[in-house]
Amino acid sequence: MSALTTSPTTSAPGAPGTPKTAAAAAPHPKRRKPLRRRVGGLLWWAAAVLVSISTVLPLLWTLSTSLKPAGEIISDGFRLLPRTFTWGNYSNVFHTVPMLSYARNSLLIASAGVLSNLFFGSLAGYTLAKLHLRGKRILFSAYVGSMMIPSTATMVPLFLIMKQFPLVGGNDLAGKGGGGFIDTYWAVILPGAVGAFAVFFMKQAFESLPGDLADAARIDGAGEFRIFFRIYLPLARASLAVLGILTFQAGWNSFMWPLIVLSSPSMMTIQVGLAGFVTNYATDYGPLMAGTVVASLPVLIVFLFAQRWIVEGLATSGGK
Amino acid sequence: MTYTDTPDPRRAAGRPAPSRPGRARTGGLRRRESTAAAAFLSIPVLVFLAFVVLPIGLMAYYSFTDYDVLTPPSWIGFGNYTKLLHDPFFRIALKNTVIYTLMYVPLGIAVSLGTALLLNRRVRAAKYFRVLFYVPVVSSTVATASIWYWMLNPQRGLINIMLGWFGINGPAWLYDSNWAMPAIVLMSVWAGFGTNMVIYLAGLQNIPPELTEAARTEGANGWQVFRHVTLPCLAKTTLLVTTLQIIGAFQVFDQAYVLTQGGPGNSTVTLVYYIYDRGFGALQMGYASAISVVLFLVILVVALVNAGLVKRTGDR
Repeated sequence: MSALTTSPTTSAPGAPGTPKTAAAAAPHPKRRKPLRRRVGGLLWWAAAVLVSISTVLPLLWTLSTSLKPAGEIISDGFRLLPRTFTWGNYSNVFHTVPMLSYARNSLLIASAGVLSNLFFGSLAGYTLAKLHLRGKRILFSAYVGSMMIPSTATMVPLFLIMKQFPLVGGNDLAGKGGGGFIDTYWAVILPGAVGAFAVFFMKQAFESLPGDLADAARIDGAGEFRIFFRIYLPLARASLAVLGILTFQAGWNSFMWPLIVLSSPSMMTIQVGLAGFVTNYATDYGPLMAGTVVASLPVLIVFLFAQRWIVEGLATSGGK
Repeated sequence: MTYTDTPDPRRAAGRPAPSRPGRARTGGLRRRESTAAAAFLSIPVLVFLAFVVLPIGLMAYYSFTDYDVLTPPSWIGFGNYTKLLHDPFFRIALKNTVIYTLMYVPLGIAVSLGTALLLNRRVRAAKYFRVLFYVPVVSSTVATASIWYWMLNPQRGLINIMLGWFGINGPAWLYDSNWAMPAIVLMSVWAGFGTNMVIYLAGLQNIPPELTEAARTEGANGWQVFRHVTLPCLAKTTLLVTTLQIIGAFQVFDQAYVLTQGGPGNSTVTLVYYIYDRGFGALQMGYASAISVVLFLVILVVALVNAGLVKRTGDR
């Protein structure tokens, strides 16, 4: 019996048929797995578990450190389960730096990015996939090509554009006199408001939907925006969810650009705040790890709930 | 966005009756569709022009100027570029970035391909392991850096404790100019291999199983199948992954900023770190733009060469 039930875990790729269906179709004589294959299966498990430990253990260790009192971190740092649990590091990190207001800022910026990318990314992706327009192929190539542009190379001119944006933040028409968008959330949100990836991703999604739905609606006299918003957008729900999660992660995790354009402490994002904590309180490992947990938890939770769609959505868009 | 309605050639040639109500309505619908399309694209295109296209043009312009933000830019021709040639810090930054790339890209590809091969099994557990392998990708670079800052602690960090079990006296990692960069490479591979693993998995699943089966029935062993069937089938995926890795590697910044601030002894000053330092630290926007142009061109060349290679492998 054991040879049959354990076989899904020990069978090599391309093993003929699944044992369960074979057994159900015709009860055939028990066959012992060849020893070599069983050893191979065991090795496979060992390797997979080992890699998992290397990816997950650091995170668990971070969590464990964040729940230990300072003395235990030094004396018994390796122990995974704290002897004495304490929330002290968390209250410490919230008191030393305004972590909660950082988190709120990040939430705001990330959410704005999600809404804007979902709406405008879909709108552009839908247009490029479904509507008739001259030159749309060229535009699409421009979007795809722009994904190869290193964002770090254009950060200096982008900063200057934000600073000299006409008619905002005390600037005149020529973009002089004030700070423009610098030190406002607009400086973070606007450049990424319609990401090339969002356009690309949504175009792929809308292309897989049939075109005759729109034709039928047009005959019935529906307007173009209504066709997009009421018919096609709801059909692309699954892709919207994946794009939304990926955009949220990117927004929540972004570091360098907020570091550059936001200067006042009350505007800081959680990643910038955490980085400051690393440099300023370098040896305070307990609060540091507590801050790290706070900065990672939202995206980790979202990921654990949606991992299947994220990983598969990434594979299809990356593989193309 | 300007738009002109194209007369449909089929309609013009095939049906000489444009006045028929049905036809006219189709033409009207077409035109209305194009108008709507142009309207839908207006905001995305504006954002694209203002924040993607314009910065590239401005980057080129500023690179020929001396600009400290406070006073207007003054044209200095190739001044910044000649300065670059004699700037020892630029050379250090370029060298460090190339060293990082040379370590990170091969190691990253080996790990992501290796883990993808490991998970390419029709086994339920593989799906769960895939999630566990992917988890580091989700956390931010800052959080990852912070975690590794603790793990790499010379005395109490997890890594040196574990090395100690094998009698190895671990280095001081981030405090040692020889080990700081390898430590950052290690951390970046840990943090990033999941993405490429997923891309490789998709590539592996596109290989028709008949191919590997045929090779096996002809007596090829595991390594031969991998070397002569799997790897050639993955050529396109590998080029894509390599391109993404190199583009990413040349832009490394977050880890170096958080963990070492470029130190010790400038051993982790990277190109982007230097751009940041010159532009936003020293307010030398013109000079920072010139370094940006170099970075931009390096990445452009890499991307174009790889795109050419992808095309060639696709034609074969």
